[in-house]
Amino acid sequence: MNMRMENHVVIDLKRDAAIVEISVDGQKVKACEGEPILAALLASGIKINRYTMKKHEPRGLFCGIGQCTDCAMIVNGQPNVRTCITPVQAGMVIQTQDGLTKGG
Amino acid sequence: MSLIQAGYLEYEELAEVQTLPDRERYAQGPVAVIECVQEIPCNPCEAACKSSAIRIGEPITNLPVLAADKCTGCGVCVAKCPGLAIFIVNKTYSDTTASVAFPFEYFPVPEEGDAVKAVNRKGNVVCDAVVRRVMNPKGFDHTPVVTVEIPKELADEVRGIQRGQKG
Amino acid sequence: MLSRDIVIIGAGPAGLAASIEAGKAGADVLVADLNMKPGGQLFKQIHKFFGSSEHHSGTRGTDIGIRLLKEAENAGVEIWLRSAVIGIFPGNKVAIRKDLGDGKTELITLLAKKIIMATGASENVVRFKGWTSPGVMGAGAAQTMVNVNHVKPGKKIVMVGSGNVGLIVSYQLMQAGCEVVAVVEAAPGIGGYAVHAAKICRAGVPIYTKHTVVEAVTDEDGCVKEVVIAEVDGKFNPVAGTEKRLEADTVTIAAGLKPVVELPRLLNCDFSYHGLFGGWIPLHNKNMETSVAGIYVAGDSTGVEEANTALEEGRIAGIAAAESLGLIPADRADARKKEIWGRLESLRMGPFGEKRLKGKEAILKEYKERIGLPSVR
Repeated sequence: MNMRMENHVVIDLKRDAAIVEISVDGQKVKACEGEPILAALLASGIKINRYTMKKHEPRGLFCGIGQCTDCAMIVNGQPNVRTCITPVQAGMVIQTQDGLTKGG
Repeated sequence: MSLIQAGYLEYEELAEVQTLPDRERYAQGPVAVIECVQEIPCNPCEAACKSSAIRIGEPITNLPVLAADKCTGCGVCVAKCPGLAIFIVNKTYSDTTASVAFPFEYFPVPEEGDAVKAVNRKGNVVCDAVVRRVMNPKGFDHTPVVTVEIPKELADEVRGIQRGQKG
Repeated sequence: MLSRDIVIIGAGPAGLAASIEAGKAGADVLVADLNMKPGGQLFKQIHKFFGSSEHHSGTRGTDIGIRLLKEAENAGVEIWLRSAVIGIFPGNKVAIRKDLGDGKTELITLLAKKIIMATGASENVVRFKGWTSPGVMGAGAAQTMVNVNHVKPGKKIVMVGSGNVGLIVSYQLMQAGCEVVAVVEAAPGIGGYAVHAAKICRAGVPIYTKHTVVEAVTDEDGCVKEVVIAEVDGKFNPVAGTEKRLEADTVTIAAGLKPVVELPRLLNCDFSYHGLFGGWIPLHNKNMETSVAGIYVAGDSTGVEEANTALEEGRIAGIAAAESLGLIPADRADARKKEIWGRLESLRMGPFGEKRLKGKEAILKEYKERIGLPSVR
């Protein structure tokens, strides 16, 4: 699934960011360098970022500005990273977070 | 239905709050129809009009008032209005047809000659239409102004086209 | 310890405007912002702004953002991004967790002669069955996705709330290529400006007033696949038997905003509750100074309004802070502040604005009566 916008009358969609590869739960995902991790995942149709600790409910994009923590994931081994305000870097290893931490 | 329930006013209701061109002015050719009906702090249309046909003054929450005799129907105000609430209506396009120009900021922007479906203020398709002009100069800042030709009797009804169609 | 004349928290329209005025006056200004980019929410405002044609109206929010950043640069303003202010301590010591890249951060404490807090607002939520599911999000979050990140948050969207945010974001989601299935509004009437509602109507999107979302139904993964809406009675409770099922993968909530005020709380600024402005706000005087001497506020964090009012309030705070440092003579500062208050008044007129004009006057009056003069704490 590609959720990237292809055309827009007002916004210039010319993408000058480098296309890089990141790993999400072991799958290779293409992303634009510097975009929020969350955006890269949504662009590939990945909507779930973490599961809650007690009820194991899925959570995804909610506030988009670093306040709600619903989009927290494990990034390069570090848990609780708010993916909506963390930029993509080539080779990042991202994992869906289960509960508060995973081995952390 | 009132404005705050429906979200728009029909032409007859509009006439109660806005100065609309009269029959004689419509008979002279293209003219602006300003569908700005609430006192909000906004006045770019006044500065945009080179013929000084739109007056707001102070305070800037005043409703714009059109001096229809000064209006040339050029369409610059259509692109400048942040509320996308100004249209150019030409009831003299031909013996049987009128033209309506409206702002259109969706992709794809139609091209001249395209056959399209014209919609009313509620978004309902009311007739077939042909795109006669698309203006999108730099000064319009990405707000293309599209003119469609429609049956004359629908000139006060048609205010846009169905989105996402081409040809 | 590092020190600056003025530390501004938040690089949105209010913070940037404040930094420009203070920077132009010769102050040594640092702006700290949590986000990856400066501009606050301006860069997701791709529509042309209302307001006076002498002051940016008719210009898209994104272009106003670009202009402000240029002006800030020219005024010598320093901006730290991905830098969260995590505390302010006695003696105006500002603790900033600065991002160094690669997941590394550094805690920096900085001495500020004056502090301007322009921390903005956050979105309110509406709770219904399934509201925490992936696919349910703030309208502002969806707007950020399409207009800043150029990624669609979903294909078929139900918008909850018909205020200006709900209407504008609905329009922008359609511009981005999403389908807006419906706008749902619990009140009997549409909340936002008629011109915004008219755009949504022309696009053929139904606006259901006196309706609410009952449930976001999820698929086997727990993501939204259907939205159940229903009519509400006079007490906003759903009326059984009036349910409609809408196929949609996304629900966007535009239920108003509330000021972000943790920092003025930390500083024990005097607060007042103003529902019209989104809730508890730090009281301020005509210099935008709080009850604590040398601490200023501006923009949505001192009452939710619009970007153009935030800009003007920011300018006043920047001028007042620079004036208090002796960088602008009192007569010139007074003249400029008076001129800007005049512009704010014209932005707060008309049937929509006059309540805010009266509300802001009440805030100034309350400050005078309860506080009088700011005090050093």
